[in-house]
Amino acid sequence: MIKGKPVYIVDGTRSPFLKARGKPGPFNAADLAVATGKPLLNRLPFSADVIDEVIVGCVMPGPHEVNIARIIALRLGCGNETPAWTVQRNCASGMQALDSAARNISQGDADLILAGGVEVMSHAPILLNEQMTIWLAEFSRARTPLKKLAALGRLRPAYLKPVIGLICGLHDPVVNLSMGQTAENLVYQFGLDREEIDRYALTSHQRLAKAQDKKHLEELVTVYDRAGKFYENDDGLRRESTMESLAKLKPVFDRKYGKITAGNSAQITDGCALLILASEKAVKQHKLPVLGRLCDSEWAALDPAIMGLGPVHATTPLLKRQRLKIDDIDFWEINEAFAAQVLACKRAWADSKYCRQHLHLRSAFGELDENKLNIDGGGVSIGHPVGATGARITLHLLEILKRTNSRRGIASLCIGGGQGGAVLVERIDD
Amino acid sequence: MTEKKDKNQSLHWHMETDATNVIWLSLDRADTSANSLSHAVLDELKTILENLHNQPPDGLVIRSAKKNGFIFGADINEFTALEDAAKTMALIRRGQHVMDMIESLPCPTLALINGVCMGGGTELALACDYRVADTDARLGLPEIKLGIHPGFGGVARSIPLLGAPAAMDIMLSGRTVFASPARRMGLLDAVVPLRQMESAASYFISRKPKKHQAKWYLQLTSHPLVRPLLARYLRKQVSNKARKEHYPAPYALIDLWQRHGSNKRAMLDAEVTSVSHLMMTPTSRNLVRVFLLQDRLKSFGKDPAIDKDTFQHVHVIGGGIMGGDIAAWCASRGLKVTLQETRKEAIASTLQRAGKLFKKRLRITHRITSALDNIIVDVDGHGLEKADVVIEAIYENMDAKHDLLKSVEPFLQTHALLASNTSSLMLEELDTVMSEPQRLVGLHFFNPVAQMPLVEIVNGEQTAAFVASQAACFAHRLGKLPLPVKSSPGFLVNRILMPYLMEAMILVEEGVSLTDIDKAATDFGMPMGPITLADTVGLDICLSVANNLSEKLGGSVPQHLMNRVKAGKLGKKTGTGFYQWNKGKIVKPDGNEKTLPAELTDRLILRLLNESVACLREGIVEDTDLLDAGVIFGTGFAPFRGGPMRYIKETGEKATYNKLQQLSRQHGERFSPDAGWESLLTGE
Repeated sequence: MIKGKPVYIVDGTRSPFLKARGKPGPFNAADLAVATGKPLLNRLPFSADVIDEVIVGCVMPGPHEVNIARIIALRLGCGNETPAWTVQRNCASGMQALDSAARNISQGDADLILAGGVEVMSHAPILLNEQMTIWLAEFSRARTPLKKLAALGRLRPAYLKPVIGLICGLHDPVVNLSMGQTAENLVYQFGLDREEIDRYALTSHQRLAKAQDKKHLEELVTVYDRAGKFYENDDGLRRESTMESLAKLKPVFDRKYGKITAGNSAQITDGCALLILASEKAVKQHKLPVLGRLCDSEWAALDPAIMGLGPVHATTPLLKRQRLKIDDIDFWEINEAFAAQVLACKRAWADSKYCRQHLHLRSAFGELDENKLNIDGGGVSIGHPVGATGARITLHLLEILKRTNSRRGIASLCIGGGQGGAVLVERIDD
Repeated sequence: MTEKKDKNQSLHWHMETDATNVIWLSLDRADTSANSLSHAVLDELKTILENLHNQPPDGLVIRSAKKNGFIFGADINEFTALEDAAKTMALIRRGQHVMDMIESLPCPTLALINGVCMGGGTELALACDYRVADTDARLGLPEIKLGIHPGFGGVARSIPLLGAPAAMDIMLSGRTVFASPARRMGLLDAVVPLRQMESAASYFISRKPKKHQAKWYLQLTSHPLVRPLLARYLRKQVSNKARKEHYPAPYALIDLWQRHGSNKRAMLDAEVTSVSHLMMTPTSRNLVRVFLLQDRLKSFGKDPAIDKDTFQHVHVIGGGIMGGDIAAWCASRGLKVTLQETRKEAIASTLQRAGKLFKKRLRITHRITSALDNIIVDVDGHGLEKADVVIEAIYENMDAKHDLLKSVEPFLQTHALLASNTSSLMLEELDTVMSEPQRLVGLHFFNPVAQMPLVEIVNGEQTAAFVASQAACFAHRLGKLPLPVKSSPGFLVNRILMPYLMEAMILVEEGVSLTDIDKAATDFGMPMGPITLADTVGLDICLSVANNLSEKLGGSVPQHLMNRVKAGKLGKKTGTGFYQWNKGKIVKPDGNEKTLPAELTDRLILRLLNESVACLREGIVEDTDLLDAGVIFGTGFAPFRGGPMRYIKETGEKATYNKLQQLSRQHGERFSPDAGWESLLTGE
């Protein structure tokens, strides 16, 4: 819950979201964040060193990016005197950054905060397995040529098998399920069929295509790499997707018999989103424009095996506290970790038994209108760079509210490990 | 400064003895901001060393008290006062003797080098037993660039230390050696962070490790049987870059080594005679003059009323080749740059070139990253109202620039400098749309920005003096050489180059071979011939400048140039212009070593000289020195000739004038001497 002084979201930018395609992408996380942050800070009337604090979500920074928030802050010119910290709540790290920033402002501890998230999943490390690491330690301790030769004799082919960091990160060790398998659990629990899952995935791509064509992605900034190339659009979009092409894909998490495929899951992506949050004092002092207010937030936890229902568990108490009903919300952004998972959330809210048993409601929460949900695409088409998405959906939600002249929005994500996060944003009259 | 100094008090050197009886001798030259070895400095050092010989300490560390560097070399200002070889020899001998005194001290000696160490500074360091430098140190023996070579024992000591190949390379090229490579080649014994310099020095003095010497196979290169072979190879290498008649110094150095490479004492003596003779050559005198002219240009950028720290943020409008490269250069100098450009390809290309520039000049990863971070893509021009300097570098179109200036002026900060990089439009016409036309000044950069040191500061009729000074100071902050010029078509450099290039075009029309035309110019000493220059700059640019200048100053533009541009043959960048280009190099038949008619060179160079006289007459620059400096730094005009005006003086005003008249009788009006010759001939 956020209480105290009002928290304003002034402005924000996001980079194009670039699909990871095997080899490392054109940007490392710090470079991508700096490229996203420079145009944002450039168009605001204060100088970067006036920022009180920088909070950035990032699940897997590179080895040279320890406390990446501080590196980003220094490189953006916030100065030696601006503290910065990096947060991690798995898939919602970007939203956690916004939440932590909001709390600091609401408590009066800061007036101007740069917060958001960045993730460059294409640079996720390939690691040496434990046996190899031990062998290397022994090899380096061997001082004489003879001892080194002996160490070499102990090297086995199995030691060379790498550990793919990315795959490990997407696997829950407590319940021993990959994220995709938790989504298969939801498919089973709510009786979803392949066709409706694929249809939702197709809609995501169609909506993103329309948003690109109509230039509804205002918060995008073009980023330039060091090789003379530039990137201005989310490149995971597949305009040519059809139900037939989606149907051809094989299930990847529960092989052969499952329903979750690469086509109806969020893509592995590189991306960044950064926002400026401000207190009323800062807004007045610097005469800042305001996109909206971050009114409230909620974190909830549930069984990791069905983590995809996180949004439902986080949003419900938040709306209850705010005395709002499902129809009071003009637009929704629920991260599409998996098409099936979004559909499961809808089903759960429409199911009175589920709502009574798990959400402590007296009846079904309601029918979530598809025309208000992820209207410009989502994780399936845009991609889900885990650290950044929480910030992206909050920012884009505000852009949607602005564009449609609406008032209230909910942004929410499911979180690997069995959590959910949600924020309530409101447009305000100037 | 004439401070009284008694025997025990020196003006420039400060001595401290530490607890282990090691003397720490710091050079803090009292009359300059950077250390250099003037006669006074060397005399004081001599006295100090005499005392140290009488009462030897347990060690001597020589260092600089100035943060801006160790020792920049001998005091070049004193060179100009040397009138005859005998006096020069005496002075060089005295300097060499001081270095000998360092070398012959019985205790261990160490040069503790921070930052820049050049020329005489390096020779001083070479006379010490050990050399320790910080990680950002830069060393060199650039005497060759002044038409001489090391004379304080630099030749005699660098060769045994580094081996002839490395030592001769450093001395013949005059190049800068960074700390790590210097360490690897044995020039430095240790490279340490500044915070460890003193500890490292103490370590060497107390432990006395073995002194570095070149490896046996490198020593072999100085063997009497090997030297002639290596010398012949070096002479060939040098001849590819500099002809003996133009630059005698490198050849003298090679001869010196070939003859005396086995005898240190003979080499030292020969250094003295060789350098004193070289110093009297016109080449050396001209190069020294050019070096000092650099200082004069730099002085335009040192206005005490203007604080360089106010230049923090530059807003560049227009991200084409020039705008983009200007932005990259500013970023490499630590300034924040907002680049206002909408074409994404242009921006991407700029950033790629910027990355290459930073890699070359800054070398270290975090500095490269920092420079790249300095460039902010600013599509909507938000940086305009926050910038300290605004440079417009959009395409050369009056209407477009008018619209731009009109829209930009209201948003400028009061103190912001507003400059145009225009090369062909008149400031007086540009500023008609401004409410405060006195704010507009021209900052004319040359292509490629990273390599051309000159920036013309264009004073429009209305430009305020303060604004012009601000522009010069900004250019200086960028590490460029500001040259104040009057607003007039082509300013100085393009105006003087144009007739030279046009004459080349006429020669092409007359059927002279391209390589002959170029050779005529390079024989004279130009860095590249006019045809190569035109192809490199781009025939479209040449044409537009030619059109612009001929429109305003008269003269015609050759048809074949227009044809080539129309056909898309623009030179190097399109692969064809006059020459065929492949991967940045000319595809041409090997030039035959024939002697060209002298007239060829005369026709090209005299057009250039005539235009120089015209510029002087019109007051485009203030005086002949500045004209020479501008032409040399803006075009690479043979520096050993000292510039157009110096060349006229040295060949004789009357002789040059007569040649012009003769050529005008033979070839036409365009050679007829400008009115400015009158005052030259009467010695005004």
